[in-house]
Amino acid sequence: MSLLWLVLLPVVGGLLALPLRDRGARWVALGALAAALALVCAVWSAGDGGRVADLSLAWLPQMGIRLHLALDGISFVLIVLTLVLGLLAVLASWTEIRERVGFFHFNLLWTLAGIVGVFLALDLFLFFFFWELMIVPMYLLIAIWGHENRTHASFKFFLFTQAGGLFLFVAILGLVFVHQQATGELTFDHDRLLDTPMSEGVAFWLMLGFFVAFAVKLPAFPLHTWLPDAHTEAPTAGSLVLAGLLLKTGAYGLLRFAIPLFPQASATFAPYAMALGVAGILYGAVLAFGQRDLKRLIAYTSVSHLGFVLLGLYAWNEMALQGVVLQMVAHGLATGGLFVLVGMLSERTHTRDLEKLGGIWDVAPRLGGAGMVLVMAALGLPGLGSFVAEMLILFGTFRVAPVMTALATLGLVCATIYALWIVQRTFHGENRGGWSFADLRAREAGVLAALIGALLWLGLYPQPVFDVARAALASLQGVVSGGHS
Amino acid sequence: MLRLAWLLPALPFAGFVALALLGRRLPRATATAVGVGSVGLAFAVAVAIGAAWLAAPPAGGAYVQHLWRWFDVAGFAPDVALFVDPLALVMCGVVTGVGFLIHVYATEYMRDEPGYARFFASMNLFVGSMLTLVLADDLLLLYLGWEGVGLCSYLLIGFWYRDAANGRAARKAFVVTRVGDTAFAIALFLIVRELGTLEIDEVLVRAAAQWPAGGTLAILVAALLLAGAAGKSAQAPLQVWLPDAMAGPTPVSALIHAATMVTAGVYLIARMNVLFALAPPVMTAVMIVGAATLLLGAFSALAQRDLKRVLAYSTISQIGYMFLALGVGAWSAAVFHLMTHAFFKALLFLGAGAVLLATHHEGDVLKLGGLRRRLPVTFWTFVIGGAALAGVPLVTAGFFSKDAILWEAWSRGGPVPWAVGLLGAFLTALYVSRVILLTFFGEQKHAAEPERGLRIQLPLVALAALSIGGGWVHGGFDRFLAGDAHGGEALFEVVAAVISLAGVGVAWLAWRRGLWARPDGALQRFWRSGWGFDAVYHTLFVRPYVWFARANARDVFDRGADAIAGLARGGNRLLVASQDGRVRTYVAGLALGAVVLLAIGVIFARPEPAGAETATEVRP
Repeated sequence: MSLLWLVLLPVVGGLLALPLRDRGARWVALGALAAALALVCAVWSAGDGGRVADLSLAWLPQMGIRLHLALDGISFVLIVLTLVLGLLAVLASWTEIRERVGFFHFNLLWTLAGIVGVFLALDLFLFFFFWELMIVPMYLLIAIWGHENRTHASFKFFLFTQAGGLFLFVAILGLVFVHQQATGELTFDHDRLLDTPMSEGVAFWLMLGFFVAFAVKLPAFPLHTWLPDAHTEAPTAGSLVLAGLLLKTGAYGLLRFAIPLFPQASATFAPYAMALGVAGILYGAVLAFGQRDLKRLIAYTSVSHLGFVLLGLYAWNEMALQGVVLQMVAHGLATGGLFVLVGMLSERTHTRDLEKLGGIWDVAPRLGGAGMVLVMAALGLPGLGSFVAEMLILFGTFRVAPVMTALATLGLVCATIYALWIVQRTFHGENRGGWSFADLRAREAGVLAALIGALLWLGLYPQPVFDVARAALASLQGVVSGGHS
Repeated sequence: MLRLAWLLPALPFAGFVALALLGRRLPRATATAVGVGSVGLAFAVAVAIGAAWLAAPPAGGAYVQHLWRWFDVAGFAPDVALFVDPLALVMCGVVTGVGFLIHVYATEYMRDEPGYARFFASMNLFVGSMLTLVLADDLLLLYLGWEGVGLCSYLLIGFWYRDAANGRAARKAFVVTRVGDTAFAIALFLIVRELGTLEIDEVLVRAAAQWPAGGTLAILVAALLLAGAAGKSAQAPLQVWLPDAMAGPTPVSALIHAATMVTAGVYLIARMNVLFALAPPVMTAVMIVGAATLLLGAFSALAQRDLKRVLAYSTISQIGYMFLALGVGAWSAAVFHLMTHAFFKALLFLGAGAVLLATHHEGDVLKLGGLRRRLPVTFWTFVIGGAALAGVPLVTAGFFSKDAILWEAWSRGGPVPWAVGLLGAFLTALYVSRVILLTFFGEQKHAAEPERGLRIQLPLVALAALSIGGGWVHGGFDRFLAGDAHGGEALFEVVAAVISLAGVGVAWLAWRRGLWARPDGALQRFWRSGWGFDAVYHTLFVRPYVWFARANARDVFDRGADAIAGLARGGNRLLVASQDGRVRTYVAGLALGAVVLLAIGVIFARPEPAGAETATEVRP
């Protein structure tokens, strides 16, 4: 039951926050997320490191649909990330959001509930339910509290993810029917659908359905074009949740469902997926450099960083997969941190235009220092989490596809180019805009310090993450290699 | 005593953390104490470890200090561990010793800077990263230091960040070296895949055991490492960033872009010399890169007008000597030259800085002159540094180290590398004499303030002493580093001495006749521009990249999504227009539709197969 509470806590918190104003709503949100964080840590530490707290209740028995939730190492890492970034999202919106504060936090918490659910669900119908649950409040977050072009961006976000969701839904139904025909059992349960016997052709098309849905969310090149709009127009908390978490649901879907459910089809498809990953790494990084809007620039860096995730996923060996898990966490912290930082900056300057910014170091050295560290994380500087993650992905991928890995490594040069461009156009140079404002306040400095501290920890001693994820990854790999033999 | 090794990187890192977090709030004196003290203490630790080593070297010739396991994934488990051996000790001594003197100097040089604490924070971070690089037991940790020093180089080149030109130079340095780092990273991937570890000693042992000499793998890995080393050490064709790096404050040029960081590539190849020995073609490539760079740099140095850019090209050229030595397999000679070069080139840079302080940052040697009376300490120490660089025989460190390289080039590489080195020696003596004559002799053309105090002069004097005395330890140095000593042949020493004195003499003659002040020819302009590399790279890489990023800023793939949206919107408009509520329109539509359908029916109605008719006609 505790897993159900993990989803319900944000849901209830959201309902409680709904009628409240200002401080009240913020504190309720913090409380609900902190309680969920404490709960998930308690559940995990009570387990033995494998899959813990398996909850499976009948939901719609006629349809073979069950309320099946489970927590393994991968889910645990991602849920902790979700709740931590959720807390930071509340803190980062403290002064930015002043209208309809209760409704804002309701939407924020329901999105987070959907994300937590996605990371827990092992019934495909339930998974799809959570998958859709997180989209609607996210859409509202962008459409109501977003920036100038919020309507366009929110529509685009909704349509892209809905279209992806359609593929997912059709593929899930297809898989369930194929399974029923083969075994006579109607079930949406992940564990039972593994090893469904099916022809190569069917498996390939179903796999492609899953892949497209998750690739839109990831986002994989060339399905990434919703992301720059959505990230740019969303309020800070929205960008943080989008970049830090929502994109990870795509990666998680590939890791948990698309590849294990269709191991052979995925193996056939792997070179193409990896090529898309490499294309995303390079294309995203080059386009990031061309942007004038700082948030848009950072949005494109996500395309690049998630390209590493796609590359590593389809290399499918322990090294690459551990790199993928760490990359998800490190990217969430680093890019989320950059969005928070830009939020703080544009709260003060009311612009994100790189032609107008510049010379901020003169005015706000603490902001500049934090920005420097986060930018260095973006370019993969050793000592910060992203370095270990990207190197492990590349080490793992190199065993499988050396040429593609070498091309992906060029992404490190492209990342340097855009990262230093951010520094030059924002913090360095002359203070062309005549900016003058207060440096980071204690709350803001605390948020950034927490993110930077976590990145340093992951860069210098990431072992705890690897230890937590190891058993879960091994069992996923076992499933897949079992399918091969 | 060896157990204190962890303090070497830890002390400067602690200084960095303190200055970065509290820097602005600390009084200047405290910031100075932290910034200089941390490096000074690290130097003391290095000396203590060195003394303990000489008194009782540990068994096996190396001491490993294991700090913690970085991570352990799928059997790949790099450690954060320090590896102390004679090579690492020499590097630590140079980094902390020269680094300390430069920090002391910088307290005066940067006296009036608002970013004083930020400067020392970055310098401390640099020293810590550099010590991590040279002490790393694992190539991944070495890579951490390698990138860390790159970051500091970037931060310090762009220290005066308000000027966009400094930012450009800083970014250029970071990006160009990162091109080399990418090759380095790929080398790491290969090593892990083939040998399963990055622990340096283990890598060398396994490589020697598993890879045949001249095999593809050894060649590939060594070639990729060479590319990484060439990026960091500003060797052709990746040398282009170093001259622009002079945009940073002079102490930075002295420490990072002359004495220490730029020699990291030399260190890497020396450290991995067992692996390079397995790849003879790459050894030849190292030698060719070194020989080409040493000439390219020397010619360019000859044509520069800016004092610091002369020294920058000179650094490129001198590291070319080290690569030449590495390429013929004389890695201890390369490291010996690395050490003496650190002394005299740091001295020359600090001297140049003293000149700049006196002349309000006038660095154009053609506008200077006659400063020897106004700046006596600077003058004499600069002459000593210049003499060491030129390799003036018997009294200077540079003579011994360069002579060692020339001798090794002859005995191991043959006459061609030796001749290239000799030509380089002549050019070196020529260009350094040129700048000394133009800056310090003749009539004084530019107003100059008197010399600053002891914090400027003591480092100059100390480095001058090292630039002379540093060469006398040659035999002991070789025994310490490589376990054997080999002196040069007397005949070769005489030839080298004559050549370098000839360079000085020719420079003097040219100066007497006013040749150095003559207007430039095309060749000089070509040399001054660094042989046109920048222009080529700009056309080949920078402009297409920027053009594509800008032209495609709106993302061509987004147009696909827009097209779908446009289609939907257009269809909507069409259908809305059709529903105008007028019967006339509807009837017209109905009629039009009928016509279209009929037309389709007529056009596409399947006619009788034509072939059948023809067939009946031919049938008799």
